[in-house]
Amino acid sequence: MTDLLDLLRSPWPWWLSGPLIGLTVPLLLWIGNRGFGVSANLRHACAVLLPDAAKPSFFRYDWRAERWNLTFAAGLILGGTLAGLLLASPEPTRLSAAGVASVNALGVQVRPGLVPAELGDLSNPGVWLLLGVSGLLVGFGTRYGGGCTSGHAITGLSTLQAPSLIATVSFFAGGILSANLLLPAFMAVIA
Amino acid sequence: MSAPARIPGVHEQPAVRAAAGLLVYLMIGVYFGVVLIRSEAASWYRIQEMFRFQSFHMYGLIGSAVLTGMLTTWLLRRSGARSLDGQTITVTPKERGWARYVLGGATFGIGWGLAGVCPGPIFTLLGAGVWPMLVVLAFALLGTWLYGALRRHLPH
Repeated sequence: MTDLLDLLRSPWPWWLSGPLIGLTVPLLLWIGNRGFGVSANLRHACAVLLPDAAKPSFFRYDWRAERWNLTFAAGLILGGTLAGLLLASPEPTRLSAAGVASVNALGVQVRPGLVPAELGDLSNPGVWLLLGVSGLLVGFGTRYGGGCTSGHAITGLSTLQAPSLIATVSFFAGGILSANLLLPAFMAVIA
Repeated sequence: MSAPARIPGVHEQPAVRAAAGLLVYLMIGVYFGVVLIRSEAASWYRIQEMFRFQSFHMYGLIGSAVLTGMLTTWLLRRSGARSLDGQTITVTPKERGWARYVLGGATFGIGWGLAGVCPGPIFTLLGAGVWPMLVVLAFALLGTWLYGALRRHLPH
């Protein structure tokens, strides 16, 4: 029993989880001819929440036809509760030595958990700035770019779409830039 | 012609069937959420390691996911299979162009590198009790709205 719990709590290797992620694409196509993508839900949520009078035309469409995707997002929350809360790993993320050194240099300790405690301290205004700017760019950028990691990097590349290759290369260019240059500047304010 | 009489247990059927249909998507969401946590793709630490080229983990994860998706989707479409609800399986092509993919993609990437979350993990981490994700989600909705409001003035 303890062994089983240990197994359920342990992280999975990339060669197991990668294919499991990839299978989401044919699974959704097979179940109901649906395209896998998470960020469209941010648009659907805006379409649901905004009052009709204040809606830009981008949010005027039949969001009810996309209920399946909002339900999928609700499933993501439930999955997080199951795997991350009830069966949380007691071990810190097993980073490479270089990864640990870089994270420490940012003023962050590697402890058990998926997000460092330093970035969850909402009594620190710098943390609000970091989380707010990050969220704003993710929301704006995914709609502008027409998708996120799931819609472009997984679905788009799986189905050999050139726009998704351009988008994925741009995701990484932006990420490399921000993790190496922008984040240290934010952390200098926070730490 | 008058409206047909409502027969309990018959006319309720479509609503029940619709709910059952949605339940499948809920389960696929749970599945994907569990994989995001267990694979550590939802770990801020792993994202930082990836953007500094310090580990193969995330590259192996994304690479094998794409290869698996490529192979299985190709097989599914080549077999001429229909979806469970009887539709011909089609993949909607992405719009042509490059400006939106370069500019929007890079904007998203910059956000991804900061809090270390893309949209999937925002929801999954929230479920895992990482409450600061509520701030990220609220601002992501604001960013989405901002795009909807400014769309006409942006190059696509």
